Amino acid sequence: MVIKTLAKSIREYKTSSILTPVFIALEVIIECMIPWLTAEMVGAIEAEIAVGGDAGLSIILKYGLWLVLLAALSLTCGALSAHFCAIASCGFAKNLRHDLYASVQSFSFSNMDKFSTSSLVTRLTTDVTNVQMAYMMIIRTAVRGPLMIAVALSMAIAISPKMSLAFAIIVPFLAIGLFFIIRNAHPIFKSVFKKYDRLNESVQENVHGIRVVKAYVREEHEKEKFATASDEVTKDFTRAEKIMALNNPLMQFCFNAIMLIICFFGTRLVVSSNGTELAIPEISALLTYGAQILMSLMMVSFIIVMIVISAASAQRIAEVLNEQSAITTPASPVTEVSDGSIIFKNVSFRYSEKAERASLSDINLYIASGETVGILGGTGSGKTSLIQLISRLYDVTEGSVLVGGVDVREYDLEVLRNQVSVVLQKNLLFAGTIKDNLRWGDPNASDEEMVRICKLAQADEFVSRFPDGYDTYIEQGGANVSGGQKQRLCIARALLKKPKILILDDSTSAVDTKTDALIRKAFAEEIPDTTKIIIAQRVSSVEHADKIVVLDGGCIESVGTHEELLVKSPIYREVYESQTKGGDAE
Amino acid sequence: MKPEKQMKKRRPPMDKGVLGRLLKMLFRDYKWTLVVVTVCVAIVAFASTVASIFMNKYLLLMEEALKTGGGWASIRDEVIANVLLMVVIYAFGWIASFLYTRLMAILTQKFLNRTRKKMFAKMQTLPLRYFDTHHHGDVMSYYTNDIDTLRELVSRCLPQFLNSGLIIVLLVYNMLRLSLWMTLVIALGVVGMTFVTKIIGGNSARYFLKQQKSIAKTEGFVEEMMHGQKVVKVFCHEAQSQKEFDEVNEQLCADATKANRFANILMPIMGNIGNILYVLIAFVGGVLVMMNAPNISITGQAMTFAVVLPFLGMARQFTNNVSQLSQQMNSIVMAMAGAKRIFELLDEEPEVDDGYVTLVNAKEVDGEIVECAERTGLWAWKHPHGDGSVTYTRLRGDVRIEGMDFGYVPEKTVLKNVTLYAEPGQKVAFVGATGAGKTTITNLINRFYDIDDGKIRYDGININKIKKADLRRSLGVVLQDTNLFTGTVMENIRYGKLDATDEECIAAAKLAHADDFITRLPDGYQTMLSAGGSNLSQGQRQLLSIARAAVADPPVMILDEATSSIDTRTEALVQKGMDALMKGRTVFVIAHRLSTVRNSDVIMVLEQGEIIERGSHQKLIEEKGKYYQLYTGAFELE
Repeated sequence: MVIKTLAKSIREYKTSSILTPVFIALEVIIECMIPWLTAEMVGAIEAEIAVGGDAGLSIILKYGLWLVLLAALSLTCGALSAHFCAIASCGFAKNLRHDLYASVQSFSFSNMDKFSTSSLVTRLTTDVTNVQMAYMMIIRTAVRGPLMIAVALSMAIAISPKMSLAFAIIVPFLAIGLFFIIRNAHPIFKSVFKKYDRLNESVQENVHGIRVVKAYVREEHEKEKFATASDEVTKDFTRAEKIMALNNPLMQFCFNAIMLIICFFGTRLVVSSNGTELAIPEISALLTYGAQILMSLMMVSFIIVMIVISAASAQRIAEVLNEQSAITTPASPVTEVSDGSIIFKNVSFRYSEKAERASLSDINLYIASGETVGILGGTGSGKTSLIQLISRLYDVTEGSVLVGGVDVREYDLEVLRNQVSVVLQKNLLFAGTIKDNLRWGDPNASDEEMVRICKLAQADEFVSRFPDGYDTYIEQGGANVSGGQKQRLCIARALLKKPKILILDDSTSAVDTKTDALIRKAFAEEIPDTTKIIIAQRVSSVEHADKIVVLDGGCIESVGTHEELLVKSPIYREVYESQTKGGDAE
Repeated sequence: MKPEKQMKKRRPPMDKGVLGRLLKMLFRDYKWTLVVVTVCVAIVAFASTVASIFMNKYLLLMEEALKTGGGWASIRDEVIANVLLMVVIYAFGWIASFLYTRLMAILTQKFLNRTRKKMFAKMQTLPLRYFDTHHHGDVMSYYTNDIDTLRELVSRCLPQFLNSGLIIVLLVYNMLRLSLWMTLVIALGVVGMTFVTKIIGGNSARYFLKQQKSIAKTEGFVEEMMHGQKVVKVFCHEAQSQKEFDEVNEQLCADATKANRFANILMPIMGNIGNILYVLIAFVGGVLVMMNAPNISITGQAMTFAVVLPFLGMARQFTNNVSQLSQQMNSIVMAMAGAKRIFELLDEEPEVDDGYVTLVNAKEVDGEIVECAERTGLWAWKHPHGDGSVTYTRLRGDVRIEGMDFGYVPEKTVLKNVTLYAEPGQKVAFVGATGAGKTTITNLINRFYDIDDGKIRYDGININKIKKADLRRSLGVVLQDTNLFTGTVMENIRYGKLDATDEECIAAAKLAHADDFITRLPDGYQTMLSAGGSNLSQGQRQLLSIARAAVADPPVMILDEATSSIDTRTEALVQKGMDALMKGRTVFVIAHRLSTVRNSDVIMVLEQGEIIERGSHQKLIEEKGKYYQLYTGAFELE
């Protein structure tokens, strides 16, 4: 299942993937012929010397040429296989990354909630690298190892069936030994890697939270915590590595055992049969095959470990590839948003089927095109959930949301989202110039257009004060601009889309009240036809809206203008008073 | 740019000495283990090269037996004696091999553990400036990639390098024992191999570095885009984002293919040069034997197949070990880069702390403040003087800043001539546009950074004289970015005071109005928070971090946008608790919401690093200045 999913990403690298094992097989076969042919040559020369003939040189030349030819062929095959292997494995990894990335691009918000950001990053990086390594092993080493064992073994049997019995004893012994080592060490490794991840997590926490650590003078406390975790990891790793350390002596024992058996019994066989059953040069050929077989066995065991380790990575990659996007464009979509009106009809929503409590329930709301609507409510009252339904970032659980009179589920997603521009609460700028960032809203925006929009969002004033102006480089995550500046740039970016509906999800929280007011004023004057939905904590941000929606616990508590709500909504009144107390005293 | 330059200047000249430093470190800490390991490796190397000597012996015996026609009986005893001798040598080899791999495994883990701890301890001492100027991902990779390369180096590369090196030396001796001519043939092969390795290995290293850069670039891109994925969605930027990714991805693939091709090719080439050498030996050996050529050797043997045949095995062993050496070389180069980075971290300048005034528990005896061991609730600054006398100043929370200038980088002043007095128990608020320098002031009070000019006095003591740890212990900080730690809710609150009882923690949570939502969590106070507390809302996290500060119970509190993500209704509730908590404490408040700061004793209005207005809410409103504009601007614009 997992393999099938991943195999889809091989695509254009199929040829290379097939050529790699083909050439490796050729290399193995040729390589195995060399010791045998060498033994033949030495035997022939010896025989020639024994009979006192003078054809020795021509024998050497004949065999020698063949041998050199074989070695050259083997080298060519080996190099070719290496070449194709690099192409196939790196290409496969590239395709995997591409497919993973594409899969993530198709994710809806609810898909994204399922995978954490860091886990997606790991899948795209470490996991792909692991699979790439495993793939390289599978098409190259995994073919070479067993084939080498098979060919070398048959060559050995061809030379002397009796002596090959030595392999019959040692090879299973080594196989069992390796199996035992892997069986015992692998589970420990598996668990220790989890602990290792946690250790790294704690480092990450510390790097991010260094201010808190320092402010509370908890350096020693953190050091102790880290030391405990690190000791734990060390303990388990040592346990596993101790088992793995048996590998070396075991291999050596087997090599030596083969050596001893061949030396002793070989000598006896040669002498007692007078060289008929086994010739002297054939002993060295047998030893060469013995080394090749054992080495290959070792290689195979190593591959098995690698593949087992990367199986987890493959599994994690397949999870992402197999994830079906929860939200897709319907078969024959509506491609035109007629106006910016919004209707919520009996809408209920929960983030997942398992969620105990609905995030929104029984929402009925009409927003006319061009209206300015404020949304107010406490933490967790469902403000963000409500607006995310409008651009179909999530689908409603019950009821329907209509934009421009059409159910959002009938629109082409791109059309809908281009017309409904959302400035998210957790907003981000990307590494690149300010212009680059603004162009997210409109890739073809002219410089004048950008300046105009930035003036609207009250961003031009500080951008033009930067030495590089609109070409100022924004660092990853917008680290080099302040929170308020970032928010204003994000608003400008959203405005550049020229949407029919603009939604600001608490997007001016870090902007001072004066600038906040200027932004709202500009909205009212410059884009009167755009429906504007503003989520805010400050009453002042929504006070002048055509309509204010007060949310409480996922339900609409009341809707109305500022004046109406002061009368009929106790929550609104309370919030208003808490923010203006003292101001009234004036 | 600037900090990077500084870094370079500070970096000690050790680019070449990394390996030496590493070895020194290993030898200093694990001298005897390493001696034993070296001896064991030598034994293993010896045991794995004796085969050729014995082979030569058996061959001579066989030829003799065949020539004299004495049969098996004539050589049996000698063969058995030799086989037994081999068994004994091999047995030593097995024991030595077992011993050294095991010792190395243990040593490696110990070494890594120690290095990790050292790195972490070092990291804790670094000034904030370090974290400002280094990517968090870079810091992380010290603990992942770089430590991994070190493990590879110590556990595998070094012993194998030693092993292969010794085997090669022993093999040369064994070869010379048998025949100089044949040794020369192998030497020729080795020259060829070194040549090829140099070309391919050099290229491979170059491409690997390139690949490394590509990987880093891809990872950086992926990291950024995955974090911004929701923004990508909102802007329908999927196709563009995919296109940009594909570009980076293609580059990585191209570099990786090149790097891997060279690396992959190295093995078959080495193996096949081994094959060619094998053939060459048989070829040259055959010719020499046939021509009855004179032989030069330590044992003085004549040129026979008893001499040539062991060379076949030795040639294989020789080439195997030479290619081992070259492969280890590669790994060592890679590991050195990692080790270098780790040393850079270890060599970073720690935060300087030359303060000598400390915070001690105290009690009052006859109006005099006396130091005592137990916790009394009364704290005092212990101030030792040059003449040996010690004075005690009661900790009150009086903060005075006089004529302070500061800039994060020398060429850009952030704060100019800031002067302010905060008396014990006063609530001082900072108001101003983003970037006006509000947070910077608080960063300077707890000495995250040092001021360029002017003075900050705490209870009359220049804060430069106070030990940083003690200074910070007397200041509670709640930041806008609440960093919670993996652990239970209870543990996170207890972070403020490690010996706080459960009751104290719960009381603090109640004060911060966090108790309400905590008790609704599945496991209440024992709910595990995942990394970064991501299973809580931002507002809930802020409530927790307020509780954390409350349990610490410090005389001075800094609240930097501490309630920015809490809705105003809840904030009003929290405020009541905070007010109770703040009674008798000096508090610095930074907030955008003017409603948060209104009841402060003094409000400082900051503009571009300067205090332009100061006074109570009432006074500032009456002055009708900037504050008045800000305050009314929120309600009366248009």
